[in-house]
Amino acid sequence: MTAADQTTERTYPEPAINLETEAYWAAAKEGKLILKKCNACGETHFYPRAICPHCLSGDTEWYEASGKGTIYTYSVMRRGPTPYAIAYVTLEEGISMMTNIVDCDYDALAVGQAVEVTFRATEGDQALPVFKPTA
Amino acid sequence: MSRASKAYIAGIYEHPTRKAVDQTVPQLHAESALGALLDAGLTKDDVDGYFCAGDAPGLGGLSMAEYMGLDVKYTDSTETGGSSYVVHVGHAVNAIAQGKCSVALITLAGRPRAEGVATLGTRDYGNILPELGFEIPYGPVVTNMYGMAAMRHMHEYGTTSEQLAWIKVAASHHAQHNEHALLRDVVTVEDVVNSPIITDPLHRLDCCVITDGGGALVIVSPEIAKTLGDRCAKILGHGEAIKHLNSGNIDLTYTGAVKSGPIAFEEAGVTQADIDYVSIYDSFTITVLETLEDLGFCEKGQGGKFVSDGNLISGVGKLPFNTDGGGLCNNHPNNRGGITKVIEAVRQVRGEAHPKVQVPDCTLVLAHGTGGSIATRMGSSTVILGRNDA
Repeated sequence: MTAADQTTERTYPEPAINLETEAYWAAAKEGKLILKKCNACGETHFYPRAICPHCLSGDTEWYEASGKGTIYTYSVMRRGPTPYAIAYVTLEEGISMMTNIVDCDYDALAVGQAVEVTFRATEGDQALPVFKPTA
Repeated sequence: MSRASKAYIAGIYEHPTRKAVDQTVPQLHAESALGALLDAGLTKDDVDGYFCAGDAPGLGGLSMAEYMGLDVKYTDSTETGGSSYVVHVGHAVNAIAQGKCSVALITLAGRPRAEGVATLGTRDYGNILPELGFEIPYGPVVTNMYGMAAMRHMHEYGTTSEQLAWIKVAASHHAQHNEHALLRDVVTVEDVVNSPIITDPLHRLDCCVITDGGGALVIVSPEIAKTLGDRCAKILGHGEAIKHLNSGNIDLTYTGAVKSGPIAFEEAGVTQADIDYVSIYDSFTITVLETLEDLGFCEKGQGGKFVSDGNLISGVGKLPFNTDGGGLCNNHPNNRGGITKVIEAVRQVRGEAHPKVQVPDCTLVLAHGTGGSIATRMGSSTVILGRNDA
């Protein structure tokens, strides 16, 4: 399979959004990846919550991530109509998040590979943070 | 030596069906319950505690207790996926030790094959889970979640597909002797690594079967066990744990068995070297490999070497495992294999496994259940059992 064959991507389902996470998805629509950090203990956590899972403080605040990270692990789904790469990416800010790797040759992906955030439209006109190999 | 035990497993039953076209889920629960009660030498009127998980239709155990006509004074519907039933064993021991009940029935059943439930698609967990928006859009399914764990283990420790394949090979050697096993053909390492990739790096033969069916266990107090004879297995130790994504500080190379295992070993007062047989949850080959490491049967990262060259094959290797063929070949009822792990462990400690796979003088055994998604959001539970005279 060539990289060109992989330009067909699966349809991304609309993410479930709630009061705790609507700012994250609003930022994604503006092309920004934001994270939650706790003002009481200083730790960043993921997925973002109103309550810090490190210390249970409610004093948490959003900040913009660099959008750069490395692939912690990945798996290319070969079964089904459209192959796709699911991954956990470890961000420069220290946390790891589930994502998809796009704009890549699935057969050339590697653990430790440098990636950067980009965005894809989902069903329901939301924007979803995904990652691509760093140019 | 005779070890103390707060409760015994008196009855076991593994439903023989692998595709239940003509049976309902409640019926499979009840048929399994009856089988385990008959095996124990008890009746449903002896049951005063009922344990089930999310596969039981209705709120907790309410509907199934009614369906089966149970009159119970204790119930527990702890839900940790496929590990639930191993968790229930420990909870039943505690309930019995506290005098809350004396005959505890645990049941599992389901019919995903007959109902044509797809496993490739995204699971429907409802719309209220806090993590939902950060996972579902990316297409996590059972196979690629386990695939990501295998990929990371390979990266950190040099584990190979051939080493993982040995786990399936061992299971297939055992399944050939099980008339109820869904897959009875012996396979080779080459067969496994040459089977199609489902999701990197897992091949089709790294994955467990999908089956309908069910199972049941009957746990009794020491006083009742005395009246039932020496087929009762001592429950010597039990542990359970939840492992999750830890606020984004993830590590997919280990499972919750790092917590549940030591608790069970300490309570039982035994070590890994004392264990004659293990039932290890085998949704995928990687599940077995990480679990064996986490339970301390080999050093972390050495699982690939440990499982190779037939080391898990009864009569061949040092640690016979899943002698019924496990989830990889025999049965994974309703995608929840914890109960069948306990059942085969009891068969072994009774000396009632198939003669071709029975471990000689089998005295101490371990059964381990895994639920949810490996190393990311999972339940783990370990139980250590002893022969009646252990």
